[in-house]
Amino acid sequence: MIAARALTKRFGEFTAVDGIDFEVPPGESFGLLGPNGAGKSTTMRMIGAVSQRTAGDLRVVGLDPDTHGPEIRSQLGVVPQEDNLDTELKVRDNLVVYGRYFGIPRAVCARRADELLEFAQLEDKAKARVDDLSGGMKRRLTIARALINEPRILMLDEPTTGLDPQARHVLWDRLFRLKERGTTLVLTTHYMDEAEQLCDRLIVVDHGRIMAEGSPASLIREYSTREVVELRFGTDRNASAAEQVAHLAERHEVLPDRVLLYTDDGETVLERVAALGLHPTTSLVRRSSLEDVFLRLTGRSLVE
Amino acid sequence: MSATTSADPGAQEMVAAAQAAAVRPRRFGAWYIAEHQLKQMRSYGWTVVMTGIGSPLLYMLGIGLGLAAFLEVPVASGPDGPVDYLWFVAPALLATAAVSVTTEEFTYTVMGGFRWRRIFWGMNASPATPNQICAGLVIAVTLRMVFVSVAYYGLIVAFGAVGDPLTGALMVPVGVLAGLAFGLPLLAFSASLKEDKGQFAMVQRFVFTPLFLFSGTFYPIDTLPVGLQWIGWVSPIWHASELGRLASYGPGPDAWAWGAHVAVLVVLAVVGWFLGRRVFTGRLRG
Repeated sequence: MIAARALTKRFGEFTAVDGIDFEVPPGESFGLLGPNGAGKSTTMRMIGAVSQRTAGDLRVVGLDPDTHGPEIRSQLGVVPQEDNLDTELKVRDNLVVYGRYFGIPRAVCARRADELLEFAQLEDKAKARVDDLSGGMKRRLTIARALINEPRILMLDEPTTGLDPQARHVLWDRLFRLKERGTTLVLTTHYMDEAEQLCDRLIVVDHGRIMAEGSPASLIREYSTREVVELRFGTDRNASAAEQVAHLAERHEVLPDRVLLYTDDGETVLERVAALGLHPTTSLVRRSSLEDVFLRLTGRSLVE
Repeated sequence: MSATTSADPGAQEMVAAAQAAAVRPRRFGAWYIAEHQLKQMRSYGWTVVMTGIGSPLLYMLGIGLGLAAFLEVPVASGPDGPVDYLWFVAPALLATAAVSVTTEEFTYTVMGGFRWRRIFWGMNASPATPNQICAGLVIAVTLRMVFVSVAYYGLIVAFGAVGDPLTGALMVPVGVLAGLAFGLPLLAFSASLKEDKGQFAMVQRFVFTPLFLFSGTFYPIDTLPVGLQWIGWVSPIWHASELGRLASYGPGPDAWAWGAHVAVLVVLAVVGWFLGRRVFTGRLRG
């Protein structure tokens, strides 16, 4: 569905995307994970045929975005990072008008708009003004709009940034349904839980390069341990305490607010910490996440 | 179009479907964008109608019943001698009305599309190209100018403010052409702005208003000091006014050839059009 070889994008001296390779087969849910400025959105814009690559090769639905932009975009649904709904039109009109851009007859647009409003759980808002919708509803409307052309690939750039937890879960549920229907999803996120929920496979991107690639589970297996012990000793004491407990785990990280101990058996490590006579203000044993993978790969936290 | 070398039938089907789906957007994309813009204009439909009909009515009443009654000396002449003041003013008012549409639509609407509501970015993700997005806006605004000009011309005829109502109807396309001659360079300028720090108000006050006042709208341009006459020569409103007067009651003693006026208007519009497309493409495909 998408194939990138040595894909590169430079803006003057700055290299935003530095020769990355990846492929996305049909029906896969593929994620680009990385901090802000990693090159995710630039990659999305190249896939979306709205930004020309500087070098390398890119094929989307078998076509070259440089020469077949309209053809490629006719097969995509795009959910941008910032909503760009027409606030001067009503909710349903936003869908119909957008469908027309694809050359879809008005009657078909109208029928699909009704179906999509139902899918987005916005049936009773059809005649509402866009400005009267909540943030979560606007996002769902943007997703509905992106589906008006029945796209082969749905591209979502930071789909749940700025939403409250409940709105995020409603959105994930809708995206999961699309995934079940076989829509290819390509999404960028800097939320670990989102990537774990939605992605079959992902690439971890930093400074325009791919740091790792695989399924969330395999990345965690490869780059982290099964469990993580989080200890908080207080900002002043974390570093000195970390030296005392480091030998208890396979690996450790000292963050400004906590110490992380990587191990396959968190409870045992926690008992040993207590046996050393150390008493953290709070402690927690959790499963490893993609956050830990990212920390391991880049030495930095994802959300900074 | 050679698109792929893949022998996979699934891939070939995918390419064929994409090519088929893009046929209509490639051909009619600008019209789809225009459709959206026109639908959006309905949200401020009252403004469109009131400025289209209400303000011409006020001008015609104010000048026809008011100012014209005070003028005892003829201001302008046609081939058959002095003409009614209202005949002289009407073509200029119509052209100004068309131009004033663009001071709104090719400024705030453009900034709205790129920055405030960001709808151009939504259009950009569809099969529409930046050229089509630009063209769609121009089509919609041109239609609004046609509406305004036709309404204005209807009132001009009703007030008897035209020499020959048949040839005078050419004021409508001339007014629209003036709108494009003024508006398309303005469109390019607006599209190049990242934000409005009062530039649009400046355009209104220091470009549009002086052009309106010094374009031979209310008195012939040659009554102005020579130092100010150049404003008329570069003003789409003056060229359109003169063309409208030619169409209404024929050439006065010092009239330019109609072709010269048309040429100035066309050159301004064409240059603005290409600049506008370029700025749209640069911005949306950067």
